[in-house]
Amino acid sequence: MAEPTALPRSFQEIILRLQTYWGGQGCAVLQPYDMEVGAGTFHPATTLRALGSKAWAAAYVQPSRRPTDGRYGENPNRLQHYYQYQVLIKPSPPNLQELYLGSLRAIGLDPMIHDVRFVEDDWESPTLGAWGLGWEVWCDGMEVSQFTYFQQVGGHDCKPVSGELTYGLERLAMYVLGIDHVMDMPFNDPDAPIPLKYGDIFRQTEQEYSRHNFDAATTDMLFQHFKDAEAECERILSFAPEDPNSGKRIVMAHPAYDQCIKASHLFNLLDARGVISVTERQAYIGRVRALAKKCADAFVQTEAGGWQPEAVA
Amino acid sequence: MPDLLIELFSEEIPARMQAKAREDLKKLVTDGLVTAGLTYASAGAFSTPRRLTLAIEGLTAESRPVREERKGPRTDAPAAALDGFLRSTGLSKDQLEVRDDKKAQVYFAVIEKPGRQAAEIIAEVLDSAIRSFPWPKSMRWGSGNLRWVRPLQSILCLMSDEAGSTIVPMEVDGIRAGNTTEGHRFMGAGRFAVSNFDDYRAKLLKNKVMLDAAEREAVIWQGATNLAFAAGLELVEDRGLLAEVAGLVEWPVPLLGRINDAFLSLPPEVLQTSMKEHQKFFSARNPKTGRIEGFVTVANIEAADAGAAILKGNQKVLTARLSDAKFFWENDLREAKAGMSVWRQGLEAVTFHNKLGSQAERIARIAALAAEIAPLVGADAAVAKQAAEVAKLDLRSAMVGEFPELQGLMGMYYAQAAGLPEAVAKAARDHYAPLGPSDAVPTDPVSVAVALADKIDTLTGFWAIDEKPTGSKDPFALRRAALGVIRLVLGNGVRSKLLRMSRSGLALHLDLKAMNRLASESPTEEISKFVEILREFEPDSADSKAEIENRLKMMGAASHAANLIESLFKQKVAYETYNSAPDQLVSFFHDRLKVFLKDQGIRHDVIDACLAMPGADDLTLLVKRATALQAFLTSEDGTNLLQGFKRANNILSQAETKDGVEYSFGADPKFAESDEERALFAALDTAEQSIAPAMNAEDFAAAMGAIAQLRAPIDAFFTAVQINTDNQIVRRNRLNLLHRIRAVCTGVADLTRVDG
Repeated sequence: MAEPTALPRSFQEIILRLQTYWGGQGCAVLQPYDMEVGAGTFHPATTLRALGSKAWAAAYVQPSRRPTDGRYGENPNRLQHYYQYQVLIKPSPPNLQELYLGSLRAIGLDPMIHDVRFVEDDWESPTLGAWGLGWEVWCDGMEVSQFTYFQQVGGHDCKPVSGELTYGLERLAMYVLGIDHVMDMPFNDPDAPIPLKYGDIFRQTEQEYSRHNFDAATTDMLFQHFKDAEAECERILSFAPEDPNSGKRIVMAHPAYDQCIKASHLFNLLDARGVISVTERQAYIGRVRALAKKCADAFVQTEAGGWQPEAVA
Repeated sequence: MPDLLIELFSEEIPARMQAKAREDLKKLVTDGLVTAGLTYASAGAFSTPRRLTLAIEGLTAESRPVREERKGPRTDAPAAALDGFLRSTGLSKDQLEVRDDKKAQVYFAVIEKPGRQAAEIIAEVLDSAIRSFPWPKSMRWGSGNLRWVRPLQSILCLMSDEAGSTIVPMEVDGIRAGNTTEGHRFMGAGRFAVSNFDDYRAKLLKNKVMLDAAEREAVIWQGATNLAFAAGLELVEDRGLLAEVAGLVEWPVPLLGRINDAFLSLPPEVLQTSMKEHQKFFSARNPKTGRIEGFVTVANIEAADAGAAILKGNQKVLTARLSDAKFFWENDLREAKAGMSVWRQGLEAVTFHNKLGSQAERIARIAALAAEIAPLVGADAAVAKQAAEVAKLDLRSAMVGEFPELQGLMGMYYAQAAGLPEAVAKAARDHYAPLGPSDAVPTDPVSVAVALADKIDTLTGFWAIDEKPTGSKDPFALRRAALGVIRLVLGNGVRSKLLRMSRSGLALHLDLKAMNRLASESPTEEISKFVEILREFEPDSADSKAEIENRLKMMGAASHAANLIESLFKQKVAYETYNSAPDQLVSFFHDRLKVFLKDQGIRHDVIDACLAMPGADDLTLLVKRATALQAFLTSEDGTNLLQGFKRANNILSQAETKDGVEYSFGADPKFAESDEERALFAALDTAEQSIAPAMNAEDFAAAMGAIAQLRAPIDAFFTAVQINTDNQIVRRNRLNLLHRIRAVCTGVADLTRVDG
């Protein structure tokens, strides 16, 4: 059994403990992706690296944006900008559940005191053309993580299968720290010379972005940007693999995927502005999925995606 | 005789799949063993969230040897035939025997299969059971190729007898079978070995795992009931939830909590649904107030603090959830009191089915039908119409958006809040009923009218767009809708005119006037000719469309022909549907009714005999007749009368076929030669006199009682009288007399269709 751990005192301490823990388990501790994404899964370290045969282990924090969830900073749980903690290990190790439980102990949730349960929840991302089977993990009746064995990404079967863990950091931290409203949560140590709460950092931005996302974003421009990103993604992928300048084989899977991420976020913004009808919604999701699929097709043609030059006879 | 113990240990199996999975394991393995020539005394299957277990007792240690003989081709058959036979048997030519068979010599293969050790068979059977396991959804993991519901971690496969136990050697995708397992994920003491099922079960218990789901259910129910009782509450029974929760824990520990006073104003169903759906909580009711005031959550661990932290956490989540529910409820009430117009408008944008329009259009049709049906069920037409217009508005409420299963019920609360009549509120709640076979049938007349209208609209709508159920496919649950109509009609004794109801429903789906309108709005000769030409052709056939287009071109009217043809074709289809669908629908109802009545013990042939009578679209009348007939046929008089009737009917039918005439008139007592014959005349007169008023009063029992009186005279008549005499006048008279028997009997029910 793990040695008793002192309870963390702040949001950032929980993040730091997760980083230390997963780093200790051999994961590459990456930094967030520098683009607007709806969830940690969109980071190429998950979406693309789940494809192909090469082994992989990464953990990272990913700021995530869901424009429709904006509540002007007033709702105790809902935010349009929040953090996810993401772990992806390929192939999924046989003791992944145990490793995961170790991470809960590391942040002060002792499964001998708390009721930790794996409850069926199959994951699907229609925009990424991805799905997997797994659970939502409950701690005392609250969902604290999503645990998924990826079966398909971008329409490709995952072989080997990756194990993916996603922690909703704010919710998890509020539970560990015993906080009822996210804005009241200590971000740094409450005894620091300048103690900062989550609200000191994010209340104003939640208001600004809520107003922007719901009322101010220029929809004509967003529609145009969506089309541009879509066209650019396809254009990037239309290049022949051989680069005339370097003489090397360079498939531009990542730059193309950036455009797919952009399209996805633009769709989310348009959705928040309420200008996409129920029937159009499906069509837009389908367009993003088509891009994700093409990027996945391209990635498996790269070295990181497991492509190998054909053996010379 | 050895025993066999199998355990498939995995990561958490979804609760809803466990019961079927353990039965599937039992069936796959025992079927496989038996097919391979083993027998066993008994088998029991168990499941927990992390394991499927099968215990088989009294297995034979080896399979019986099998000797199989197969006949092959003749010795003079072409070589290819012999080659094929050798391939299929796996033998060579010199291993075959040649035997005499009739006039030729024929090859015979004699295949001897020696008995095999049970262990060898078990390994094969289990391997194939695992690989072909019928999980609703399965997955791969790690680098392997095996599929299981979640990663399979270990296999225990052990044969045991008095002498000891042995592991059955086998391996599936790198997982080697052993004799060890694990207990509870947190409270167990790691891996341990077992020697047989009793040892396995006992060690699991020591390691905090209750193997049997039924035992876990009992412990949960008992514990939860006791906790509720001690708190002055009573547990609300929920068998589905109990089974699910028992599939989420290996060591159930019920904990009771109280619901914050701030939420007690919510309807009890809302509290119950929210707690059940989101958190798998049982509800606890205060017997004095009738309110849901507490909950029981079931943890999977005996925590050192007796569950204080667990309960506190659950309480916190509940508060957040119920705050949402309260927010929905209060917003919805405001909307209801303001007249629900936002919801009404909202339903215009909700598609019911892309060929059947929006929910708002559907509601308008149901309202029209409900008003029409109302007088048949003793409801006020205006109230029924109003109820239909309100009944589905809650689909746009926030609460039903969150909990779709509360549809109807919320409609009732909101109708009450809006100050609408109680009959309207009840209809909102009950108009979806009956859904399942055990669902109660509404009885309030307004509810019955709306419930019938709801289902007739569904049935006629899908009939109109030709989406009827076929075989096992019934995606729109039309059989359930038809059964709903049947139960509503029979349960309330409604004098249903199903043909008329079907026509009314269809008329609302089909635009029947367009063709005439088209003809009358542009009353040119040209258009009239279109219509004439069109009526001659089959709809939906490309050939006839082309043919019509040609003719129109010849008439010099091709310019606007395409559109006209399209719309006229639609019209023709609409007409034909309107003409044929009502009868099809009534026979669809009859098919469902047969199944329904068969479950109630009414014979198939009895139902057929009644279906052949006029007014069969009145199901209440139909069932009344069938019930009386079944009772009649089980009486001694009934059975004998049926024999007499059949005899009379057979002789008459044969004579009619032979003579090519119908003997249907003019039996005259003056040609009667014997007393028996005269007595039959008199008995028929008497019967007819009492049958007519009984039939008018729909007193089928009395009518059949009157027929039963004919039994003795008919029997006596057949004993004493020869029908086919040489005297043609007497013969014709007797045949006409038989016809009177037929007419009297079949006037009550078509006895020709009754077996026996």
